[in-house]
Amino acid sequence: MSTEARKPPPQIALKIRRVLGGKAGWNGIAVQFAFAAILGWIGYEIVSNARANLENQHIAAGFGFLRNNAGFDVNQTLISYTGSDTFLRVFVVGLLNTLVVSVVGIVFATLIGFIVALCRLSPNWLLSRVGEIYVEIIRNLPLLFQILFWYLAVLAALPNPRQSISLLGVAFISNRGLVIPSPIGGSGLMPFLAMLALGIAASLALRFYARRALFQEGRMIRIWPTVLGLLFGLPLATMLVFGLPFTFELPQLKGFNFAGGSRIIPEFVALTLALSTYTAAFIAEIVRAGILSVHKGQMEAGASLGLSRGNTLRLIVVPQAMRVIVPPLTNQYLNLTKNSSLAVAIGYPDLVSVFAGTSLSQTGQAIEIIAMTMGIYLLISLLTSAIMSVYGWRVSRSLGA
Amino acid sequence: MKRVTLALTLALAAGLSAQAADAQTLKTVKDRGMLSCGVSQGLPGFSSPDDKGNWTGLDVDVCKAIAGAIFNDATKVKYVPLSAKDRFTALQSGEIDVLSRNTTWTISRDTSLGANFTGVTYYDGQGFMVKKSLKVNSALELNSASVCVQTGTTTEQNLADYFKANNMKYEVIAFGTNDETVKAYEAGRCDVFTTDQSGLYANRLKLANPNDHMVLPEIISKEPLGPMVRHGDDQWFDIVKWTLFAMVTAEELGVSSKNVDEKAKLENPELKRVLGTDGNFGEQLGLTKDWVVRIVKAVGNYGEVFDRNVGAGSPLAINRGLNNLWNKGGLQYAPPIR
Repeated sequence: MSTEARKPPPQIALKIRRVLGGKAGWNGIAVQFAFAAILGWIGYEIVSNARANLENQHIAAGFGFLRNNAGFDVNQTLISYTGSDTFLRVFVVGLLNTLVVSVVGIVFATLIGFIVALCRLSPNWLLSRVGEIYVEIIRNLPLLFQILFWYLAVLAALPNPRQSISLLGVAFISNRGLVIPSPIGGSGLMPFLAMLALGIAASLALRFYARRALFQEGRMIRIWPTVLGLLFGLPLATMLVFGLPFTFELPQLKGFNFAGGSRIIPEFVALTLALSTYTAAFIAEIVRAGILSVHKGQMEAGASLGLSRGNTLRLIVVPQAMRVIVPPLTNQYLNLTKNSSLAVAIGYPDLVSVFAGTSLSQTGQAIEIIAMTMGIYLLISLLTSAIMSVYGWRVSRSLGA
Repeated sequence: MKRVTLALTLALAAGLSAQAADAQTLKTVKDRGMLSCGVSQGLPGFSSPDDKGNWTGLDVDVCKAIAGAIFNDATKVKYVPLSAKDRFTALQSGEIDVLSRNTTWTISRDTSLGANFTGVTYYDGQGFMVKKSLKVNSALELNSASVCVQTGTTTEQNLADYFKANNMKYEVIAFGTNDETVKAYEAGRCDVFTTDQSGLYANRLKLANPNDHMVLPEIISKEPLGPMVRHGDDQWFDIVKWTLFAMVTAEELGVSSKNVDEKAKLENPELKRVLGTDGNFGEQLGLTKDWVVRIVKAVGNYGEVFDRNVGAGSPLAINRGLNNLWNKGGLQYAPPIR
């Protein structure tokens, strides 16, 4: 005979009452529903009123315009785009431009931020003062001003294409941007990529194996020579067998500008530079706060084990600091992404510039376009914070917190 | 930020004030005691503030003429500077009563924006400006050039059409405001600056060395510029439309700001009709009988306005050309006032 206590019957109704009603009980639930209904009604009224008024004023409404031809060009497109493509494609082109500047900006901002934070914490007087001056100057100047500064400074410093600065005759810097040779796939491309992928996969597997050996059996395995061989030796060997994976198309000056090759436009450089240096100043302070939040005994413990300062930071302090750093760091990443919409000031074709700007005034459909733009920024921000939350959760878990 | 604010204003205005659509604009303007007029952020000759902050220009004079007709006081105008891409939203949302901002009349703008063009104040066409040092004499030599353009304009689309039609490659760099565009052109970011030809001459004056730059001969588009009003208020539409016609009619009849009082006394039937000593056309519009006299006193006739702002009497020194009266080889023509 079982001696287990019988499970209490499921009390769904009571649970709902507790979650929704709180202390007020069933009355509280009624209030909640009434409130939700009022909110819904206001939302419905706004939408239906707006629709009716737009119709009265004969202002075009709806999302049909997305299928119309845009009829204007964009100077940086990550996917193929011409003036005869649709507004929907303009949206994607702008979105990708926003994403690329945000991702590159985030990477550089993080790198610079960590370096500046370590400078500020350094016992070296000069280094720490340099870090401090950097933070105090950069974070106290308006971002738009910095973007314009970098743009005009970059432009003013560079010559026109006919007098461009040549880097070994293959890359050229001018006020039209940096032109570099663009790779064109050759016969050996497929085996090269296959071997590269194989090398990466094998290296990851090896690392997994080595870590397990270290943590479970206490064996140190030296894997880096093998990894080097896998990552570089293997693809190089296939190149010898199958021929060059790609050849390079060299840029050449033709008329006003360079033809051939790939180009990084100065607007992108200026915007990335401004966004990453600006955000780095804030990240530096966050990282500094995170590192200072780790008890200094940890540093001393590392030193007493004979670890160098760098190793102590890398292995002991930073992993603990990450728990404090990640949430405000996410904020900075979101800020950087949203600040990238200042691009319109220097003519970088981001989402706000080409879609919420040019497309809006070509079609006049402000409500639809602004709604789409706000929606996509919201989505990008929510995705960024979701990724950072997962990362933060993993950091906490690995520390056993 | 401003754009978002405007869009929100629009959403709120559209959502909450149901009477916005059929509002009596004239009554609103009279109650407010001010005409709210959308102008550019600074285009010499058309609308730009001088060193004392007073707005001047051809488009500004249209605002003044309307205010003159309503209030008999050309100063009762609130100028709202707008970028190219904010202008229609400002009109739709009711932030301004009339948009007088070098805006090209196209079918899509006339039909899908909930607004109407009231006439043509300036017949323009798109052109190109380059540095003389490039040694270019025709727009057809611009293959692979970089072109600076202001975003949200018909210019941007004409540019795409022209280079495509002539099988030329180009790079477009689009800026939010006119000044940013000019600055980038001057900094050497692009070889070519393109906008309406009147705008090219106006912007050339802003450059450090205007003589180092030249306007190419090609005109690649038709750009009839004119004021816009909201749909749904025909009386207001008529007032703005006939204000323009009144300025042209005054020039045709030789009525100017200097002689308007003497002309009003003459026993010429047409002059009597136009200047309000005979008939009540002004009252039919919702204005006063002497509406044309008020307009001419406020800004002068069309010829005076043209000369003072963009023509011979201004630094721009643009020829009348298409903007001359119909009986002098131009296109400016007003239906009869009778």
